[in-house]
Amino acid sequence: MTDTIGKELQARQKTEVNAPAEQTTQGVIFVPAVDIFESEKDITLLADLPGVKSKDLKIDLRDNILTLSAEVAPFEEADEKDLFVEYEIGNYYRQFTLSELINQEKIDARLQDGVLRLILPKSDKAVPKKIAVKVA
Amino acid sequence: MFFQRPFYFPNAGSRNVFSELERMRQDMGRLMEGFGSEIFSQPSAGVFPLVNLTEDTNGYFVRAELPGLKADELNITATGNTLSISGERKISIEGKDIRYHRREREAGSFSRIISLPGDVDANKVDAKLTDGILTVYIPKAETAKPKQITVK
Repeated sequence: MTDTIGKELQARQKTEVNAPAEQTTQGVIFVPAVDIFESEKDITLLADLPGVKSKDLKIDLRDNILTLSAEVAPFEEADEKDLFVEYEIGNYYRQFTLSELINQEKIDARLQDGVLRLILPKSDKAVPKKIAVKVA
Repeated sequence: MFFQRPFYFPNAGSRNVFSELERMRQDMGRLMEGFGSEIFSQPSAGVFPLVNLTEDTNGYFVRAELPGLKADELNITATGNTLSISGERKISIEGKDIRYHRREREAGSFSRIISLPGDVDANKVDAKLTDGILTVYIPKAETAKPKQITVK
């Protein structure tokens, strides 16, 4: 089931990263679109990374900062000529600060059809505990 | 001088300001042209999905970024010299007891027709969907292929 029946997708240019530091590598870097949601036990991040192969994706979590970076290899063949170019190809980069404690050992990442699904299980300390109120 | 115009109207010189702006706009336009259309490429159709079209001597390549789509959610047809791509991107509902922090990925239906510069062989179109990138290869019709002419 989807909640978007009848909705039409709009064409959109990818957003470029406003990098605080200059990049040493050439080319444009884009901010991937993400969905982030949390349940009681974990935080899930879905990111659109079209053209990224799993070996070119780096996920790094340290000091509560989650960094996604991915390289996209050019997939045009050498003897192809551009007729028109509507979207650019570039690498992806995005950082998030996590407010919850994450159980680093149980992080699960899957990349399928250009979509990353990253499951970050909350550490036991961060799972909310129900506090029973006793009637005095 | 100043006292000859006791009331200062900021609009008095507006004609000059606008002509100056117009001149700057034209200069910018010329500058942009100099860079070639590739760098400042706007979505020429503005219709989802945005595509890149390339060609080699034998055919055309149409590429589009469609992350999360499955092959059976796409409908691709070719006729004459047009290619049509339509489908629906679905984003499933993840569960009841969740709270969203961010929701940027979009779902919805799409349909686009791309006119190819020459006639194509619609029977031999090949479409692949890998890592969220759709690549459609459309062979050119025999009449549209460049012919090598040897000079005797």
